Amino acid sequence: MNINLTLFAQAMAFAIFIWFTVKFVWPPLMRAVENRQKTIADGLAAGERGRQELELASHRSADVVREAKQRATDIIAQAEKRAAEIVDEAKVSAKEEGGRILTGAKAEVEQEVFRAREALRQQVADLALAGAAKILRREVDAKTHADLLASIKAEL
Amino acid sequence: MASGTELTPTSYMSHHLTNLTSSVGDSAFWTLHVDTLIMSVLLGLISFGFLWWVVRGATSGVPGKRQAFVELAIEFIDEQVKSTFHGDRHAFVAPAALTVFVWVLMMNTMDLLPIDIMAGVYSVLGLHNWRSVPTTDINTTFALALSVWLLMIFFNVKVKGLGGWIHELVCTPFGKNPVLWPVNILFNIVEYVSKPLSHSLRLYGNIYAGEIIFLLIGMWAATGLAGTFFGTLLGAGWAIFHILIVTLQAFIFMMLTVVYLSMAHESH
Repeated sequence: MNINLTLFAQAMAFAIFIWFTVKFVWPPLMRAVENRQKTIADGLAAGERGRQELELASHRSADVVREAKQRATDIIAQAEKRAAEIVDEAKVSAKEEGGRILTGAKAEVEQEVFRAREALRQQVADLALAGAAKILRREVDAKTHADLLASIKAEL
Repeated sequence: MASGTELTPTSYMSHHLTNLTSSVGDSAFWTLHVDTLIMSVLLGLISFGFLWWVVRGATSGVPGKRQAFVELAIEFIDEQVKSTFHGDRHAFVAPAALTVFVWVLMMNTMDLLPIDIMAGVYSVLGLHNWRSVPTTDINTTFALALSVWLLMIFFNVKVKGLGGWIHELVCTPFGKNPVLWPVNILFNIVEYVSKPLSHSLRLYGNIYAGEIIFLLIGMWAATGLAGTFFGTLLGAGWAIFHILIVTLQAFIFMMLTVVYLSMAHESH
């Protein structure tokens, strides 16, 4: 182990290698690494932005769905209301119709009754007349006693 | 291995611990450790060439396996530097830390090459003394530590100004009182001397000791059947453990570099 000129030669070599590394090895790789870091950072930022947008969109879609549900519920409620109204209206009109039919039927029945009574009365009058005619035996002239017969008939 | 001479433990050890030298001057100082130089420069060229090759085609899109590996290493270093150094680390400190870590790690890892097989390979190439691990040469670790030390002084002056640095040398850590100036100066001298020493000797000592232990295990393996058996077992165990040491020492060396440089950037 003796110190000699080798020391200076080695120091020279060392200086040259340091210079070489400082100049040619370190900067290009650092540039590449830094560019990649930037790319990755940009990508991460874009991913984050995308995530936020997704979140917003999902909020929005949830809102839309909620609104649509609300509207559907409203429409159903309206429809139910309307259906109930229609049923009610139908009931009312059916009742009215029924009433009308009933009234008509009653009037008809009354008319029938009246007509039957009228026919009955006619027949009774005829019978009475025939009876009276039989009793009186030609005594009574139908023509001359028409007023009397009519008044009897009206009384029956 | 030198043929003709008898193989003793001493010659075995010294064979493995002798550098291939080349003299460029008269005195002992003017010699170069050719093996250290070639191995370290070769490892540096391979590793930084690899990094450069990967980084040149680096994409900021999805990285391939090769790029991901390099990014992993570089970001590991970057994280360490970020936690210690609070300034513009990309300008110098972080890439310097990367250089230190990668280079020292590569040089340390040569310790895992099987010494005797490598010696055989080198002797086929005609190299009789060739040490594979540049960090077992104190010249390498001192070169690194002293370069960091000079950078430390450079950044001290650059950030605080020459006056600011001298003020710090004189007035910290004990106080501004003129009575305390000599103590401060003494303290700072000790600090400035001990930093490169501990920095370089820690790495050198760990890796050198690791190599010595491999040599001792290799010597035991040459003593007979039992020695071969236990030598193999221990050699494997030590190599596995050494993976940890190699990485840890490279990491410690890098962290100390970062700490020293960031201390130079911060005023007390």
